[in-house]
Amino acid sequence: MNEHRSHIYGVMGEFETAKQLIRATEKTREAGYRRIDAYAPFPVEGLSEALGLRRSWVPFVTLVGGLLGGLSGFAFQYWANVYSYPMNIGGRPLNSWPAFIPVTFELTILGASTFAVFGMLAMNKLPQPHHPVFNVPRFTHASTDRFFLCIEARDPKFHLADTARFLQGLQAHHVTEVSDD
Amino acid sequence: MSAEQRPRDSPQIRRLAPVIEPGHTYASVTDKISAIVLTRPASLGWYAGFAIGFSLLGVLTISLAWLIIKGVGIWGINAPIGWGFAIVNFVWWIGIGHAGTLISAILFLLNQKWRTSINRFAEAMTLFAVACAGVFPLIHTGRPWMAFYMFPYPSTMGIWPQFRSPLIWDVFAVSTYGTVSLLFWYVGLIPDLATLRDRATSKPRQIIYGMLSMGWRGSARHWHRYQSAYLLLAGLATPLVLSVHSVISFDFSVSIVPGWHTTIFPPYFVAGAIYSGFAMVLTIAIPLRKFYDLEEFITMRHLENMAQVMLATGLIVAYGYFFEFFMALYSNNKFDVFLVQQRLHGPYAPYYFALILCNILTPQLLWFQKMRTNVAVLFVMSIVVNVGMWLERFVIVVISLTRDFVPSAWGRYSPTFWDWSTFLGTIGLFITLIFLFVRVLPAISIAEMRELVTHTSEEHE
Repeated sequence: MNEHRSHIYGVMGEFETAKQLIRATEKTREAGYRRIDAYAPFPVEGLSEALGLRRSWVPFVTLVGGLLGGLSGFAFQYWANVYSYPMNIGGRPLNSWPAFIPVTFELTILGASTFAVFGMLAMNKLPQPHHPVFNVPRFTHASTDRFFLCIEARDPKFHLADTARFLQGLQAHHVTEVSDD
Repeated sequence: MSAEQRPRDSPQIRRLAPVIEPGHTYASVTDKISAIVLTRPASLGWYAGFAIGFSLLGVLTISLAWLIIKGVGIWGINAPIGWGFAIVNFVWWIGIGHAGTLISAILFLLNQKWRTSINRFAEAMTLFAVACAGVFPLIHTGRPWMAFYMFPYPSTMGIWPQFRSPLIWDVFAVSTYGTVSLLFWYVGLIPDLATLRDRATSKPRQIIYGMLSMGWRGSARHWHRYQSAYLLLAGLATPLVLSVHSVISFDFSVSIVPGWHTTIFPPYFVAGAIYSGFAMVLTIAIPLRKFYDLEEFITMRHLENMAQVMLATGLIVAYGYFFEFFMALYSNNKFDVFLVQQRLHGPYAPYYFALILCNILTPQLLWFQKMRTNVAVLFVMSIVVNVGMWLERFVIVVISLTRDFVPSAWGRYSPTFWDWSTFLGTIGLFITLIFLFVRVLPAISIAEMRELVTHTSEEHE
């Protein structure tokens, strides 16, 4: 595998505060870079906007999960009690829908929550045990107190030396190339 | 909330204790919290506490084995008291769990910053309490190995569960609650597991935390979706937590038994659940912050706020007790009136008065700021409320069942050795899980503490 050492994932710079990261991200986008990602030890307010991220699909997926859970939950109870195994309980109608609401409600919540969590993980492509950014030794600080900005090699404007110089110009520390193996 | 502007009982407006002591940085909160898991050796006190919990867990194992060998006849239940300790303990444990969800979901939606350092272990407490609660309905079925009958699965018998029954609602409510609480807790843990992965020095830990963190790398794109999912989960868990204890109260209120058949049950059960849950959070938080030096993160502000929530929910519970009586007398239904007399003068009256003492009278001390800021008082008070809430469920279950419509169907209930041993055993299960949790996972959310550090440092700028 190591024969293809020339594969570069991108160039990464390190910042000390969230504000510096946001400013650097904004400038990078202004410079025309699009294939970029920022890394932070906690959700930084304003970073999504700086990266120009669109609204996530998570709420939509959650809605689908909730509808699926609720509708299928109710439909199942209806089918079980009206068609599959009708039981006369105190002369109540077979489709005694108010009594089906608690289970329908719980299944709505269950469907929405599982879709929210697993949808979020799937869209984030997690679990993903390895990622090129982990090749940068200092990246372990990304989960403690350091902020990183990575310009990826697949960006059309990417040029190893120029992009590295550009990041240094943004006052980034430890500008390093990220190898892709 | 405008708590900051509200004038206090002192002549000057009192400065609130901070939610985190000043001077902390991202690195210092990370170090301090992750050190408990990664570097700090287990203390003698931890081993002692774990030994107690683990011994009691052994008691649970023996009790359950004996139960499976002999059947539910080893308990004090018999006609007419078919529910007994199993249901009392079930409702008690589930109620305790509710504070965890309240703290993590409702206080999150209300943007209460003080929730940050207590939500993680409160959520863990929820999970463990649900696990303890789950034991009881299972073993109360008599043949726990047949418990899967409660779930709708295509059986060869061609029948389905009875979806009009609150007991089946219960199955769905509690299993949904357990699942969603686990998801919520796990989603919150992912960034912290990544922190532990990056800071762990031993290979096995790096691998285990690495797998659990699923390769989280703190990407802004990930955080973007993560925050969205977390907010939605909070929004979903909020109606869920209110529904769970409502559904549990339906187990009682949908029946026609005197003392159970009342519309005030759902709200008053939910308030009682939050009341007992906050008491349990205090019971855990006070030793936790002391023995692991977390006073800077779990400050007096947290303890005082929790005490205030306890006082408020305690008053709602008191309102519930009052209206149970009032409605019984006002309705002039002779069975309901008789039940009121039985609570006050019947064979179980001492339990009722003990309940009033624990749940209504003692917590009134929390009106005084001196009491709310006294750690020892709060700890004792939290135990008192836990006992009181257990007594409440005992009074509800036992008095109504021993005194229903026809005197020939009256009876008495007294728990046996095995009733007590099973109950103590679940406390052992709870203690064991809490002790293990504190050692292997961060008891305070590190990522959220970093966010809190940003906000507090911005305020100072």
